Amino acid sequence: MDTKLTVVVVEEDRDRAIAIVDALKDSVDCDVFVISEASGLGRKIAVHAPDIVLIDVDNPTRDMLEELTLASGPLERPVAMFVSGAAGGLAQAAIEAGVSAYVVDGLSPARIRPVMDTAIARFRMVRQMRSELAETRRALEERKVIDRAKGLLMKAKSIDEDAAYALLRKTAMNQGRRVADVAGAVVTASGLLG
Amino acid sequence: MRTVEISVAFMPLVDAAPLIVAQELGFAETEGVSLDLVAAPSWSSLRDMLAFGRVDAAHLLSPLPVAMALGLGGVSTPISAVSVLSANGNVLGVGRGLERRLRDAGYGFDFADPVKAATALAVAGNGDRDRDRNGPIIFGVPFPFSMHVELLRYWCAGTDLGETGIEIRTVPPPLMADALAAGDIDAFCVGEPWGSVAVDQGVGALILPGRSIWEFAPEKVLAVRTDWAETEPDLLGRLMRAVWRAGRWLGNPDSVGAASNILSRKTYLDVPAELIDRALSGDLTVSASGDQRRVDHFVEFHAGAASFPWRSQARWIANRLRQSHEPAGGVSLDAAAAVFRSDLYRRHLAASGADLPGASEKLEGSIRHPTAVASLNGGTILLPDRFFDGRIFDPSGVE
Repeated sequence: MDTKLTVVVVEEDRDRAIAIVDALKDSVDCDVFVISEASGLGRKIAVHAPDIVLIDVDNPTRDMLEELTLASGPLERPVAMFVSGAAGGLAQAAIEAGVSAYVVDGLSPARIRPVMDTAIARFRMVRQMRSELAETRRALEERKVIDRAKGLLMKAKSIDEDAAYALLRKTAMNQGRRVADVAGAVVTASGLLG
Repeated sequence: MRTVEISVAFMPLVDAAPLIVAQELGFAETEGVSLDLVAAPSWSSLRDMLAFGRVDAAHLLSPLPVAMALGLGGVSTPISAVSVLSANGNVLGVGRGLERRLRDAGYGFDFADPVKAATALAVAGNGDRDRDRNGPIIFGVPFPFSMHVELLRYWCAGTDLGETGIEIRTVPPPLMADALAAGDIDAFCVGEPWGSVAVDQGVGALILPGRSIWEFAPEKVLAVRTDWAETEPDLLGRLMRAVWRAGRWLGNPDSVGAASNILSRKTYLDVPAELIDRALSGDLTVSASGDQRRVDHFVEFHAGAASFPWRSQARWIANRLRQSHEPAGGVSLDAAAAVFRSDLYRRHLAASGADLPGASEKLEGSIRHPTAVASLNGGTILLPDRFFDGRIFDPSGVE
């Protein structure tokens, strides 16, 4: 009963995978394997005969794992998606944190719990980092577009930088749009006209 | 009227068009709702988003809610398919290896005859392959519970392919071309634009449109949680009417260009409009060398009461699913068929101008020519719904 759990993590990003493996090993007595490539996913998972498979909710290859939930799957033993299990609100918490899990039927909720708690905490952190990164990137992109629009306006209207920005901001406010969107329109229009 | 936001999950596919158009062209706004469209990375996450309340409505594979009602595949939240979003729209294709062998054997890629195609494939799939693997041809499909799987199984069972059998493997639609190029699969059945993407990337050729197997197959449905349908009847009605009007607009050939442009946007399908245009216009490019094939009603959003959720369609699906899976105990075919809510369709679309067929079941596969049927406004003409083998499915004939 108390044999070591085998956990497979499907994750392309090496750093994220390492972070998840470390977190799992620190808190649960388990063997963790990482699969990073989508090709032959079912076969690769079957090699490890895992008790639990963890995968990012946003990973498109998740659908391949759904095959394992059918009895004839490559694991050759019944696998149920975790969310169908009896472990209460854990499923929803997992999905909100960005992780989905596939668990071999018959594994007791008490043994699933620590793995899931750790995975949920780790995925939540990773997800937050990722959305912050995306936000930073977007802000940078917008910065660039606004700078180009400012430059175009300065040249076309012979005004200084502050006046160019004020013009962008005023137009955005009048039209109920974001400054970055107005700047994007200026850049596009200038491309068409120029 | 106060504008209320309804969150709707979709997969990036041509047949998500009614939802996208409803929002983009103001059909939703007219009904006082705004659709917050959420692109899902996979069918399983889309199903979970709907089941766990992250979204209120979704673009769903027509067999998925039926499978859920049969207790298949894990999640069992009761889901209602309130209307059909699209009929048909899938393509079957093969990788370069099989394409070459088919051409060498003189197969003409007529894109029309499923019996001939199966015979040619059964021959080409045998013997030395371009790779060191014997055994059945491996078809990639988007999801285990999908019309793609059902069409493949039905086709295979009634043709020479049934002898050798086929293997079906799940591959997410956007990865289908890669899987074909990598040799993970030999062939595929997928919704557009992903078949055309494979053709344009030079990794495969199309052999059949889905409708050559079943001429009027319900492909995607508009799905909501059954409890949401009960607690928010007013919102549901507004959503259904907006989507129905979008479908009617899409059914007009003049809309094709505009629709392709809207769908091609980065937030939706993020592929060139020209690729989307092929499915919407029915002018498909079937091979990398540019062969063109014309398919009328390749995907249908409106004509032939396309959006009406026939109980007999759900019953056909349930019957097929039951033959290939072991349903969880005690679910009757009646209960599974009741997932297609022709009752809600009638209730919410009666005042919208949608014509409502007099019956909620029909003999699937029995219509050979456009046929006028009894309906509310007397204007319903059903389009042919023939199965390729000519068989007729009588919904009252199975228990």
